[in-house]
Amino acid sequence: MSYTRPTFRHPEAHKNQLGYTRTAYEGSISTLCAGCGHDSIVNSIITAFFEMSIEPHRIVKLSGIGCSSKTPAYFLNRSHGFNSVHGRMPSVATGANMANRELIYLGVSGDGDTASIGMGQFTHVVRRNLDMVYIVMNNGCYGLTKGQDSATADKGSKSRKGAPVALESIDLCELALGLGAGFVARGFSGDKKQLVPMLKAAIAHKGLAFVDVVSPCVTFNNAPTSTKSYSWVREHMEITNTFDFIPLRQEITTDYPHGSSIPVTLHDGSMISLYKREDKEIITNRQEAINALEQARSASQVLTGILFLNPDSSDFHDINNTITTPLNRLGEKELCPGNDILQAFNDSLR
Amino acid sequence: MQKAHDRDDTVFEPTGRRPRPIIATNREQLTVKPTNIKNPEYFHKVIDCQFACPAHTAVPEYIRLILHEQYTDAYLLNWHSNVFPGILGRVCDRPCEPACRRGRVEEDPVAICRLKRVAADHRDDVLPLLPPVPRGKNGKRVALVGAGPASLTVARDLALLGYELDLYDDQSKAGGFIRSQIPSFRLPEEVIDTEMGYILDRGGITTRFNTYVADLQDLIEQGYDAIFVGTGAPRGRDLPDLPGRSEADKFVHIGIDWLAGVVFRHVESISRRVLVLGGGNTAMDCCRTARRLGGEDVTVVVRSPQSEMKASEWEIEDAMAEDIPIIDNHVPLEFVVDDGILVGMRFDRVEPQYDKNGRRRLVSTGEEPVFLPCDEVLLAIGQQNAFPFIAPDSAIEFNDKGLPVLDPNTLQSSVPSVFFGGDAAFGPGNIIIAVEHGHQAAISIDLFCRGEDLHRRPAPAVSLADQKLGFHDWIYDSQVIEDGRQVVPTVDKAKSLHDRLIEVELGFPSTVGKTEAKRCLNCDVQTVFDYSLCIECDACVDICPTTCINFTDNGEEDELRERLLVPARNKTQDLYVSETLPTGRVMVKDEDVCLHCGMCAERCPTAAWTMVKFVYQSALAGDS
Ligand SMILES: Cc1cc2nc3c(=O)[nH]c(=O)nc-3n(C[C@H](O)[C@H](O)[C@H](O)COP(=O)(O)OP(=O)(O)OC[C@H]3O[C@@H](n4cnc5c(N)ncnc54)[C@H](O)[C@@H]3O)c2cc1C
Ligand SMILES: Cc1ncc(C[n+]2csc(CCOP(=O)(O)OP(=O)(O)O)c2C)c(N)n1
Ligand code: SF4
Ligand code: SF4
Ligand SMILES: [Mg+2]
Repeated sequence: MSYTRPTFRHPEAHKNQLGYTRTAYEGSISTLCAGCGHDSIVNSIITAFFEMSIEPHRIVKLSGIGCSSKTPAYFLNRSHGFNSVHGRMPSVATGANMANRELIYLGVSGDGDTASIGMGQFTHVVRRNLDMVYIVMNNGCYGLTKGQDSATADKGSKSRKGAPVALESIDLCELALGLGAGFVARGFSGDKKQLVPMLKAAIAHKGLAFVDVVSPCVTFNNAPTSTKSYSWVREHMEITNTFDFIPLRQEITTDYPHGSSIPVTLHDGSMISLYKREDKEIITNRQEAINALEQARSASQVLTGILFLNPDSSDFHDINNTITTPLNRLGEKELCPGNDILQAFNDSLR
Repeated sequence: MQKAHDRDDTVFEPTGRRPRPIIATNREQLTVKPTNIKNPEYFHKVIDCQFACPAHTAVPEYIRLILHEQYTDAYLLNWHSNVFPGILGRVCDRPCEPACRRGRVEEDPVAICRLKRVAADHRDDVLPLLPPVPRGKNGKRVALVGAGPASLTVARDLALLGYELDLYDDQSKAGGFIRSQIPSFRLPEEVIDTEMGYILDRGGITTRFNTYVADLQDLIEQGYDAIFVGTGAPRGRDLPDLPGRSEADKFVHIGIDWLAGVVFRHVESISRRVLVLGGGNTAMDCCRTARRLGGEDVTVVVRSPQSEMKASEWEIEDAMAEDIPIIDNHVPLEFVVDDGILVGMRFDRVEPQYDKNGRRRLVSTGEEPVFLPCDEVLLAIGQQNAFPFIAPDSAIEFNDKGLPVLDPNTLQSSVPSVFFGGDAAFGPGNIIIAVEHGHQAAISIDLFCRGEDLHRRPAPAVSLADQKLGFHDWIYDSQVIEDGRQVVPTVDKAKSLHDRLIEVELGFPSTVGKTEAKRCLNCDVQTVFDYSLCIECDACVDICPTTCINFTDNGEEDELRERLLVPARNKTQDLYVSETLPTGRVMVKDEDVCLHCGMCAERCPTAAWTMVKFVYQSALAGDS
């Protein structure tokens, strides 16, 4: 068993605009089970940040507890990080984001961490539209504690133990839509071609970007009878739309026929270019998105893609009209503006 | 070990020796066909060093034995394939090293050659362990002309099969150019004597030293069943038409003759100022020897730019380390003799110019000729073949280059019982090429004497061994260390320049040798992919440190190579392509910079990847 990964890399490995190779975005070697979907999501996260040429020191990775929540150790070794208690990642993210809005916040959670113990935190962070990417690595079970069914396990699905799930499942995307999230997407760990641009779009989105990634647990929940297994997802995956993420200032060179692509501009000027189907309504219409999810559910399909996008959403800072400067850069003058200002403020409250 | 074509389950198909193109592009669909890993040449090619070695020595296997301090076994493995491990561990031209994979992932290749010396230096007595020469003879007599590495290899291989061998050489001891040309400071005489002894002192071979074969026809008429000609390329080139050549004759020497003179002690000293003309390894040996015989001011002068010199990089470095300047782009114009004494040489300064086919021309810069003063000159400007012992009316045919017409695979000449090998076959080469010719000639002679088809060559012996040892543990040392190439310690320069018999290199001490051995990437431990077990979870893609593995749509090879996560632009390295997977994609592994670290197999949940040691041993005479 190897406890370290060889340090040699491909001599012709690509470099990004910052001159970094992927190595600058890597973390320690994974300790998850071999074949865990979470590892593939980790890799997609590395690819997304690497290809977007974001400096690692501008990123904050936060997580709760679970195999999924362990993964920030496996990527972005040179970024900020906080591993919180079970289900409490959103409050730590909120505090951090309030203190410094200039950083990029990436919350990593599991279906247990989010849909059970952290449900209250999850709903409120979505409602607040905190500017962050919220990823759920969704394996339908509590992987870390040996595979108990989670609240996202589909009714009737059977894990390795063989007993069908008796309860209704929670669809976190539907929930996020209901709570007013401005970016809702679902991916599959086994489809990086879709997942990487999806993560890039989520990173570019302003406000909370919720990304639910179905991620098979090879050890406890990969029986063919489980709706979160590699084989089941591959057979039942329905792609709502295919898209490219086009970063700001990059020429649009993709060569699909004109007219079949629908550009959606994100707040930072980058673009999502949807193509293949005329699903314009779905992506910016919340009602349609919920319908599509419900239809897929009744047809036993896993609907993937960017399900809903509101490019003009206002984040928590906008809503609260907070100061643009990070708190750590405020000096004594701004923090203690003097007695006159205090008096004026007090008067305004009388 | 099992023979390739004995196996009914056809794990391997016999293919003969020459590698076949492995990837065949299917024209209709324009996709790459799944790699046939049952063809032993596929995995053989992955073992870069072994594939590059003319004799196909199982390099990673002997390096592993050194790591485990099994020096004697490592030596014997080498002896089996290259016959002269102690000699080659010092002076091999080492084509394996430029090929070594390690040189593609970091600065320097593994010191493969010097590790061979480690095995030789630390071995126990191997004499009792060598395969016995049978007492009973098979009744076939073979004559060998020349006692260089080519003939000696034929002799060793055939003696083991019960042949009676007569070995002729005009020198007093065996070794050919190994003994007469390679200076002792690179290769001590005892090393030569010992390894010649392993061949000559065990029966089966009658040596006829100090015997020049003046006419090959005499031997043919003696009724030998076969004759092997391994007489080398013995004639050093001269500059007969250069002005002043005859006046300067006393002071001008042909490099190879002069080196032989030194070895046989006819030459004991040289003047203070020496010019060595030529840019090959002979020039390097001449100048370094001159430094040891009293030459204080020794200079090498080459026609071409230094970057295009024929000498190996390390030989040039060694010469420069002994304060020998190299003057390049100088073409000799004349020997300058004053009052019967050579005082120097004049040279024309030139510049290389290349035409659109990349062919070089040396063009005069038009400057004044350069005068370089000197007392003696050594000419090391190449060697020529010469066959004065083969009469012009002989049935042995020669081509327009003066070389015998041979079947390149069997080394058979136009006279069916006469075979050629070593420098005598295709012009000057090196020891390891001569050894490989020896093996092939021995195979041919054996087939010939048994009346069999010379083109039905014996197949290599191959075997596969799973490296898994329990749960995620490997039998082989899978860890990839970061240490750079270890430096071989040398004798103090002042001391070594004082005495030409002192060997410059001291060889790796065993601890350093082990560190160097650990640098080997175990390229013989193959990554084997079973597409029927793969669930396409991407774990191998995610973990692979060097981004070798891809899951992607199949396509035409060139296009596919460009489409990989890191484009596979080193076309000398193959793509390993699987059958089509359930998602319609294929697994494509670029073999180029695989570290053989086994991470893919460790992270694979279904054991679709396994690490399997592939041992490939070239056939020798008598193998079937
Ligand atoms: C200066 C120098 C340095 C070299 N250094 C290296 C090195 O470091 N590494 C390396 O790999 N290679 C080196 N080589 C090349 C290497 O020595 C030869 O390629 C190799 O020895 C060729 O082997 P061979 O068996 O073909 O013949 P040779 O080694 O040339 O042996 C031929 C023998 O046949 C004898 N002979 C010839 N004609 C007759 C006859 N009619 N009757 C009887 N005997 C005859 C010769 O006297 C000689 O002993 C060097 C060569 C030179 C010149
Ligand atoms: C407060 C608290 N309650 C319970 C646990 C036990 N526990 C650890 S991980 C986990 C579930 C994790 O499930 P999920 O978030 O889906 O992560 P996965 O391991 O499946 O990726 C639980 C219940 C805990 N660590 N802390
Ligand atoms: S790393 Fe080892 S096995 Fe691979 S080519 Fe180099 S010496 Fe040979
Ligand atoms: S052994 Fe496997 S993981 Fe290691 S470099 Fe080769 S393909 Fe990559
Ligand atoms: Mg889970």
